[in-house]
Amino acid sequence: MATILAVDDSASMRQMVSFTLKGAGYQVTEAADGQEALTKAKSQQFDLIITDVNMPVMDGITFIRHLRGEANYKFIPMLMLTTESAGDKKAQGKAAGATGWIVKPFNPDQLLNTVKKVLG
Amino acid sequence: MSIDLEQFHETFFEESFEGLDIMESGLLELEQGEVDLENINTIFRSAHSIKGGSGTFGFSAVAEFTHDMETLLDQMRNGERQVSVSVVETLLGSVDVLRNMLNAIRDGSDIDVDSVAETTVAIKAILGLENTTTDSVKEQVSEAAAKGWIVHFTPHIDIMKTGNDTVRLIRELNSLADKAEVTVNNDALPPLSELEPEDCHQSWVINLIGGEVSEDDIREVFAWVDDECDLKIEAMAKEDDYIGPERRDDDRRQKAPERRNTERRSGKSSESSSIRVNISKVDELINMVGELVITQSMLSRFGDQEDFTPATIERLKDGLAQLEGHTRELQESVMRVRMMPISFAFQRFPRLVHDLSTTFEKKIELIVTGETTELDKTVLEKIGDPLVHLVRNSLDHGIESPADRVKAGKSETGVIELSAFHQGGNIVIQIKDDGAGLNKNKILSKAKEKGLVSQDERMPDDQVYDLIFRPGFSTADVVSDVSGRGVGMDVVRRNIRELGGAVEVKSTPGEGSVFTIRLPLTLAILDGQLVGIGDETYILPVISIIESLQVKTENINAVAGNAEVYRLRDEYIPIVRLYQIFGIKPISTDLENGLLVVVEAEGKKIAIYVDDLLGQQQVVIKSLETNFKKIEGLSGATILGDGTVALIIDIAGLIDLYQKDMASSVVSIKGAAA
Repeated sequence: MATILAVDDSASMRQMVSFTLKGAGYQVTEAADGQEALTKAKSQQFDLIITDVNMPVMDGITFIRHLRGEANYKFIPMLMLTTESAGDKKAQGKAAGATGWIVKPFNPDQLLNTVKKVLG
Repeated sequence: MSIDLEQFHETFFEESFEGLDIMESGLLELEQGEVDLENINTIFRSAHSIKGGSGTFGFSAVAEFTHDMETLLDQMRNGERQVSVSVVETLLGSVDVLRNMLNAIRDGSDIDVDSVAETTVAIKAILGLENTTTDSVKEQVSEAAAKGWIVHFTPHIDIMKTGNDTVRLIRELNSLADKAEVTVNNDALPPLSELEPEDCHQSWVINLIGGEVSEDDIREVFAWVDDECDLKIEAMAKEDDYIGPERRDDDRRQKAPERRNTERRSGKSSESSSIRVNISKVDELINMVGELVITQSMLSRFGDQEDFTPATIERLKDGLAQLEGHTRELQESVMRVRMMPISFAFQRFPRLVHDLSTTFEKKIELIVTGETTELDKTVLEKIGDPLVHLVRNSLDHGIESPADRVKAGKSETGVIELSAFHQGGNIVIQIKDDGAGLNKNKILSKAKEKGLVSQDERMPDDQVYDLIFRPGFSTADVVSDVSGRGVGMDVVRRNIRELGGAVEVKSTPGEGSVFTIRLPLTLAILDGQLVGIGDETYILPVISIIESLQVKTENINAVAGNAEVYRLRDEYIPIVRLYQIFGIKPISTDLENGLLVVVEAEGKKIAIYVDDLLGQQQVVIKSLETNFKKIEGLSGATILGDGTVALIIDIAGLIDLYQKDMASSVVSIKGAAA
């Protein structure tokens, strides 16, 4: 089954994302900020990255930019969790190499649908 | 798949409250003129997380409220808005509102709609926004669904470099409609020798037929690659058909009541809250359990032993000693899991002092030390209110007005020091101010006026100061909304005693006062001295024992009524015959045949008369209140090694009980004389 890296500084969001995806049979690894996520992504190959944007230490956009530069993450889908109001964040994220986004707030079904769509 | 989001609520609340605390302390720092971008960022992130979480978990009122705060903070961090005192004050106010909202939701009570509306208006005013009705949902009535669509999809060359996949997009389109006809255009494809496998040179035309697809639906599919492709959507033919929008209305109507349900959570008691434990503490536990297992396997070998030689008995003793050591360490490690730094209780004080010093027009500097001192979680939760009261008290009554301070030759700014540290198995918390000190004469005259002491009573300073903890005592000249309601200090003392602690005050006129709170490290276990009275065993907390001694008859003095005191060096200590208070038949009523245990609580000493000292051990405290009922003079019970129940004496309570006994017997003597 596909492996997913879920990055969010909020424990409740992380739990929710991870619980939902695990329930659908995916293997999920969690990280609390971009730096931690980067370390984990380099030590293990993931099929999908889902990351929050605003995080301490390293934000989601910087994380995506760094990871997209890695050879084995060139074509891996990376999704940002973002709020509707953050229009320019979407653009920044895209510029950094994000595949797409999931608009917050979202419910577990929306999350699963998007993930299924991306992972095929 | 339906997932119950409620299981994440507790975590959400916990981190939201943490986030609010972070915002609060961040804002307070801002107010002191330190415009630090990282600080604003941190505040923003907290607001952002709360907004995201509340939206996701269905608390839309919270999300809506936080939205404007977030916008304001976003402007601040982008440098679009000056950090001014009024903006910070408004944000501080909204932190409070948000905290109340979250509390209300968690407890299932009603949100204070007025304060939410008021603060929302204040923030919108700063943002320069009209208070538009928030549910002005942009109702984009999409075009009537067409019979079919022709989609011209021409991706840019780099589309795959963001992890997007043209095949996925087409597959998704396909899933929308009943039928999709896909034509690929390979005209732009370079010769194989020049082909870069990472580039995209193809374009597609997709005919979507049937399936009530709207143009928005199609745009939605391409939302992520909006600027990475050229997209042209043409309708095949139009039909008058309103099925689409109508169905949406139905959806919304169904969703509305559902949301209300989630927002008002069934009043789950907050007692069952979770605890965050440092991973190193858990590792320590696992390590200890490992040690225990080793000891256990070592001991179990003796079970197979045919006959015991002195050597094996020696090894068995060693093993048992190890077992004891490990059990104790394990117990301590488990206790540490419940321990949390006192900063959880201290962190609200900068804000409190800030707000109160504005109210009272005083200048106050708050110094906090020892925030990392750890305390049992239960104790920590319950010590908050008494601490708030004491700090308020110092601020209100202790520190003088700037003018008075200057007159007294002190700096305009008063200092309140809040500190916590360990001292002999106890946690000590001190609240120290450099104010005027307690006014001894005022206290004494007030106490006399209230009939708390007799008119001609003379007492040492410390005892006079102690009067402020008596029920119904207040010296505030004017009753303010902060302190001085005359219900305070006695409640503070009572609350602290319920935690097995003690509070005392020391004061020097003109230099200030120090309130000292002593608390046990934990409420669950106590180092106990077992004492025998008749057939019963009682337990005295070792911490309060000063010494135990054999009685010399010449040192016993009888005073008024049936009170006895014992002369110990230069002190006279009241003798308390425990068997009298608890109505037990002792082995002997003759003091010479038993022992006196001198104990101290809150600066008062008594000598407890017991038949025998039995030994010391750690005892697990079982609550009397939950299993039976509260009894004055007892703090709980425990079960001893042989299965019998022993009661644990609450020394401070016992002293009170004894003094009340004495007072009533004095009154009855007076009554008889009259």
